[in-house]
Amino acid sequence: MGAQLRVYRRRMRSVKATKKITKAMELISASRIVKAQQRVTASTPYANELTRAVSAVATYSSTNHPLTTPSENPKRAAVLIISADRGMAGAYSNNAIKEGEQLASLLKERGLETSSYLVGRKAVNYYRFRNRVIAGSWTGFSDSPTYENAKEVADALIKAFLADAQSEDHGVDEIHIIFTEFKSMLTQNAMAKRMLPLEVVESDAPVPAGLLPMYEFEPEAGTVLNALLPRYIEARVFNAMLQSAASEHAARRRAMKSATDNADDLIKSLTRLANAARQAEITQEISEIVGGADALASASAGSE
Amino acid sequence: MSLNVELVSPVQRVWSGQAQMVSARTVEGDLGILPGHAPLFGVLVDGKVSIKATDGEITEFNVQGGFLSVSNDRVSILTESVN
Repeated sequence: MGAQLRVYRRRMRSVKATKKITKAMELISASRIVKAQQRVTASTPYANELTRAVSAVATYSSTNHPLTTPSENPKRAAVLIISADRGMAGAYSNNAIKEGEQLASLLKERGLETSSYLVGRKAVNYYRFRNRVIAGSWTGFSDSPTYENAKEVADALIKAFLADAQSEDHGVDEIHIIFTEFKSMLTQNAMAKRMLPLEVVESDAPVPAGLLPMYEFEPEAGTVLNALLPRYIEARVFNAMLQSAASEHAARRRAMKSATDNADDLIKSLTRLANAARQAEITQEISEIVGGADALASASAGSE
Repeated sequence: MSLNVELVSPVQRVWSGQAQMVSARTVEGDLGILPGHAPLFGVLVDGKVSIKATDGEITEFNVQGGFLSVSNDRVSILTESVN
């Protein structure tokens, strides 16, 4: 076998091995998206009920709760970025991080400092590499977050929010969250939202229409709100994490699918090149044999 | 007349359907809800929530903290964990 043909065969083998890996990852992600989507759906009733409750309490109580009143002169804002632990998901993590940069520059224009809270190894590495200060980071659960994970993150955020931003270093006046919204298998959007202070309450499902009733509170409204708002933040963070996880799997599936397709193309063109090389080798051998035979024939003809 | 009850936790909808009565324990004490109850919002303590379905079957849940809201014969119980 000629040298050129051997090189082509070797490259084909390596591309085929890569293709097997990417194909396997594609299939794994595809099966996980479904699971992740089911978890998003399963968490929606809780989030909706909680949203309903928060809007009811916030509307019908005159309590001035620190979690609902914006600071008059905000100094610092917390930005929570949800990214992936692993790569191989195309631009998924980069999009979230980029969205974070945009938000940070927006906050800077308003004269706010940013303190960064990061979820996922990709965001942490990005910040470490640039020697930026990280206020808090959590890794290891980006592809299947549990409620406890969300609670941990939310606790840190609420603690920072309740601390006085003017006098304490880690205190913040606002909390923003950046996550990747799972719209469909094909569309996922990195987006930024303000969690605290509360704005007009938003949720994916519309709040049921009709007037909210005048509630009796047990105990009084202020205490209820105290108990309710941390749960609300937890649920929001949890929902964002679940959506991001579903988006991560979708992004990985797409990236791996195009890698598999590219490997297919590469194998096809390498096969053609290898075939051409083989043909050329055969042609050359034949012409050498014919040439050799001719030379022999003419040599023996000359000697007679 | 019956109550429209939903018991939900962050990871799933635990129970939903029609019920005759719901009882739970809030920070102020035990509480029973029948159809036609006034709108109420309560904070639950760790303890039992029992739901008596329209067919008379009683289901009990151990909840760890949570909230209970009642309005227009619609009862929703939010809890962090159920077992």
